[in-house]
Amino acid sequence: MTTLALPASRFTDLLAAEWIKLRSLRSTYWAFGCGALAVVGFNANAARADYVNYPHYGGPIRDDFVYWALRDAFTEGSAMILVLVCASIGAITIVGEYATGLVRTTFTAVPDRRALMAAKVVVLTAVMTLFGALLAAASYASTQAILDGRGLGVPISHPGAWRVVVASALLAPVCALVGMGLGAVIRHSATTMVLTTFVLLLLPSFVTDRYHWTASVRHAFPFNAWARIVDVGYGQSRYVLVPKYPATVAGGWVVFAVWAAVAAVVAVVVVDRRDV
Amino acid sequence: MIEVEQLTKRYGPTTAVRDLSFTVRPGHVTGFLGPNGAGKTTTLRMLLGLVEPSAGTAAISGHSFRRHPRGLRHVGALLDAHDVHGGRSARAHLHALARSNRIPRARVDEVLAEVGLTEAAARRRVGSFSLGMKQRLGIAAALLGDPPVLMFDEPLNGLDPEGVLWVRGLFRRLAHEGRTVFVSSHLMSEMENTADELIVIGRGELIAAESLAAFAARGTAPTVTVRSPQAGALAAVLESEGAVVAPYDEETLKVDGVSAVRVGELAHEHRCLLWELTTQVASLETAFMELTADSVEYAAGETR
Repeated sequence: MTTLALPASRFTDLLAAEWIKLRSLRSTYWAFGCGALAVVGFNANAARADYVNYPHYGGPIRDDFVYWALRDAFTEGSAMILVLVCASIGAITIVGEYATGLVRTTFTAVPDRRALMAAKVVVLTAVMTLFGALLAAASYASTQAILDGRGLGVPISHPGAWRVVVASALLAPVCALVGMGLGAVIRHSATTMVLTTFVLLLLPSFVTDRYHWTASVRHAFPFNAWARIVDVGYGQSRYVLVPKYPATVAGGWVVFAVWAAVAAVVAVVVVDRRDV
Repeated sequence: MIEVEQLTKRYGPTTAVRDLSFTVRPGHVTGFLGPNGAGKTTTLRMLLGLVEPSAGTAAISGHSFRRHPRGLRHVGALLDAHDVHGGRSARAHLHALARSNRIPRARVDEVLAEVGLTEAAARRRVGSFSLGMKQRLGIAAALLGDPPVLMFDEPLNGLDPEGVLWVRGLFRRLAHEGRTVFVSSHLMSEMENTADELIVIGRGELIAAESLAAFAARGTAPTVTVRSPQAGALAAVLESEGAVVAPYDEETLKVDGVSAVRVGELAHEHRCLLWELTTQVASLETAFMELTADSVEYAAGETR
């Protein structure tokens, strides 16, 4: 019997393997492709609508139109689609293993489950950040180009404009990690999808900002954090009221970081501890 | 070398594996037998660190498997041929596994050729594979790391006769190369031509751990079948010799307790004409059924 010499086990091997797994599934391309088209398409359409309707807009809108233009750069509808797509892809990376039984083959090849899950987290975060960055950049460029037709496009150098791009880009990895974390806990495809959608999209709008503590809870959801960060005109418009318990941009970034970190840790720890 | 010591796994009130101890030595094909639900798969999963034992230890080459950062060079395992993602091609599946263990990519093509998956099949998505093809893919994955220990859970399911022959030859070759080959099955007939050593369990407990020959000897002693036009006279003679005779029909007797040689001698002495004289060795299947029947009945709560 000849046995191959034992090489050192390197983390980069696991990253490469996870990358092969991600790109060898046809569904990955469909999800990324359809998601990208929908997100950029909806944003461009919002800009187109403003472009067409601008002559009919009154003074208050025209006074604040910089904020309108920046809102078109990444609309709430597109953000919801982005959340759904990214959370699904994140969930599938782990639920797909459990649902098919592949997870047993994977763990037999890599008994060090923590390292394996860490590799999944790193690959997912990297790919989703790139995906989010591409969509945010494409959305910004296309929407402002459309509005430039009336000389209304806002340059990226405008104060706060970068926040729209960066927060929208980062919404992708944050939601993907939340999907992965919930997927690792639940391990069933349908339940994971329902609960992920509920937590990321439905729950935030159920919580009122009327009381201080509920407002704090409300601000702690990633979607609301995103909405606050990209709202460049927050508190600056003469025509829009500011809530009693306002959210902050810094708080929004913290919410992003905490959700991503907690989800990643949960995914690694939970998978390491349970029987398969 | 696989060493299992006082291994126990409880799921709530049910005990899947109870105080199980056995050793599987290298250089042999060892069959792991038991009826459905005997705890074979749970034991294999505990060996691979997929399931945490409630008590006891399961060691492969002296170590708990989960202590290895990467597994493929230590143990090759096929637990369930369906444990793959149907959306990936066979080659991509193996490539990802190989990459995670720093196994050169060329090895993927080697094992694909070894298990007889053609270039066209390797490019196809696994979801479209028949069970037999999935078994071959699972065996290919087990061979990737050229490991000293191999485990297969019901590897013959879904294979065509040619495939079964090939798998038997492969197992024998792997054992001949000095590897430990551990193969589970719920069918004794499958093991009869595959294994040299047997571990038999029933209801999570060890029933037997011995060579195939020793196990076969546990079965009922050979029965002799005699066919003669003078069956009645012959029966009387045989009974006077202490044999247990059971008439099968007017001309046929099933005889226990004497050899075919002695039956022939007695027939000759008493001038009985013989049409047929055969010895029937109890099959391993019978031995297996007799042994495991006890454990099944015990667990069903019947008083005996």
